[in-house]
Amino acid sequence: MSLISRQQFPIFRNHPNLVYLDTAASALVPDSVIAKMNEYYEEYSVNIHRGLYDLSIRASREYDAARGTVADFIHAKPEEIVFTSGATHGLNFLASVLADTMSEGDNIVLTRLEHHANLLPWQRLAKQKKTELRFIELTNDYSLDCDSAQKLIDERTKIVSVTMMSNALGTVVPVEKIVAMAKQVGATTIIDAAQGVAHRAIDVKNIDCDFLVFSGHKIYGPTGVGVLYGRREMLASLEPFFVGGDMVRIASYTDAAWTDAPQKFEAGTPPIAEVIGLGAAILFMQTIGFEYIQQQEHDLCVYAKNILEKEVTLIGPKEHINRSGVFSFVIDGIHPHDVADILGSKHIAVRAGHHCAMPLMEHLGLVGTARASFGVYTTKEDIDRLAEGIQEVKRIFRCAL
Amino acid sequence: MAILSADVYKEMILDLYKNPLHRGVLDPCDVWHRDGSMFCGDDITIFIRFGKGKIIEDISHSGHGCAISQAAVSLLTEHVKKKTKDDALHITNEQMVAMLGIPISPARMGCALLGLKALRGALEKET
Ligand SMILES: Cc1ncc(COP(=O)(O)O)c(C=O)c1O
Repeated sequence: MSLISRQQFPIFRNHPNLVYLDTAASALVPDSVIAKMNEYYEEYSVNIHRGLYDLSIRASREYDAARGTVADFIHAKPEEIVFTSGATHGLNFLASVLADTMSEGDNIVLTRLEHHANLLPWQRLAKQKKTELRFIELTNDYSLDCDSAQKLIDERTKIVSVTMMSNALGTVVPVEKIVAMAKQVGATTIIDAAQGVAHRAIDVKNIDCDFLVFSGHKIYGPTGVGVLYGRREMLASLEPFFVGGDMVRIASYTDAAWTDAPQKFEAGTPPIAEVIGLGAAILFMQTIGFEYIQQQEHDLCVYAKNILEKEVTLIGPKEHINRSGVFSFVIDGIHPHDVADILGSKHIAVRAGHHCAMPLMEHLGLVGTARASFGVYTTKEDIDRLAEGIQEVKRIFRCAL
Repeated sequence: MAILSADVYKEMILDLYKNPLHRGVLDPCDVWHRDGSMFCGDDITIFIRFGKGKIIEDISHSGHGCAISQAAVSLLTEHVKKKTKDDALHITNEQMVAMLGIPISPARMGCALLGLKALRGALEKET
């Protein structure tokens, strides 16, 4: 029995014919999340922390409850959860506040797979600090080459920041192994879980990373909100990037003292409705449970691989164990943009291009790919419709070629 | 109104995609300019050699892109060859779309106009 129904998603009620295969970009939002955010706007839409009246107390309680929900979700403590505007925000924050730990000749280790969000902040830092950027290589099967990681991580490695799952190829990265290697040389470890968080149960204590980031909109939550997890001691040692309201203990005209983490990293009014909505999105995922999510994803992946490999060239790991529900593909002689456009005209939503991983595409010798990505609402019928759409694309192009 | 794929991917467009006009690197050339689309990663470079009176003596393009951007840049280079720099600078976005002769959705406008943007960039480099 399916634990979820497409009817829980208003987008499908408004577009019954939609085949949505772009969850890796943003997941659709279920009723429960929208209702929770509307409840805030309709019943207690006031600012948190500062008010002594009932409505503000309720807003603060809901906001804090969301922090607790997030903490529980990734097995952290509430004070280790900082709300951000998204993964990009978290990674930029880390690159700027960790800059002082770097000196000339040090190195930062990433993977070949990184999204621009986990590349450009480090690239800029590396230029400023004259440090080296190193990239863990891929195997022939588009999986991470752990031997390469072993060679690249050395005594001068100060930061290791790796994706948990590639948004471009679907590759699942063995983050525990990489973190263990980084620990041996005392490097700071960061996990970009923007994709991973939707597909795998995360236990930050198990991964043993120092920091981990993700965004609300990839886990059936709202846009504009995300999470930065930081190990308690790490957060305590860092300075805030933004300073302002809601993060000082005392302030005078000439000086100020910050509160403790996480509040010291949340200056200004946060996106309250979105934080509360993110809490509801996590409850939605917990109700479904990762056991179901992984089983459903595995079934879809097996089904999709069998069907798609007859029609297109898949760019991504062949072994199911190394991949998730993101299928990048190319069709000989047809540009990915044209593929996506024709599919779009048939209400099949896929993404085409470099997927914010331009260096990876160039590294693989590709101009881009078309990408179909799955969510909890994806069905085998969606994949059948995709396959029919692809046949139509080929028909349109072949008939004149 | 929805645009039908069959109206976009006409024979002429697919033909130019498969067999582009003026494709390649012009060497020697007087000016060249590379432009790209942030969204789809399309990437076009225009090369121009000028003759007397700022006539575009020869022109070519290289790079990669979708059927629409590739057909557009083929049509455009064919159109401006042997015309003056001024004539080429006066080509409007609307004229470019008209040259393609197919419906262009807002999402594909960037593809249709990328070659023209690169051409303008190259022309501006001529002094
Ligand atoms: C692997 C990965 N990292 C980072 C990001 C950036 O997330 P956001 O745009 O929500 O900040 C994304 C989003 O596509 C992603 O897939």
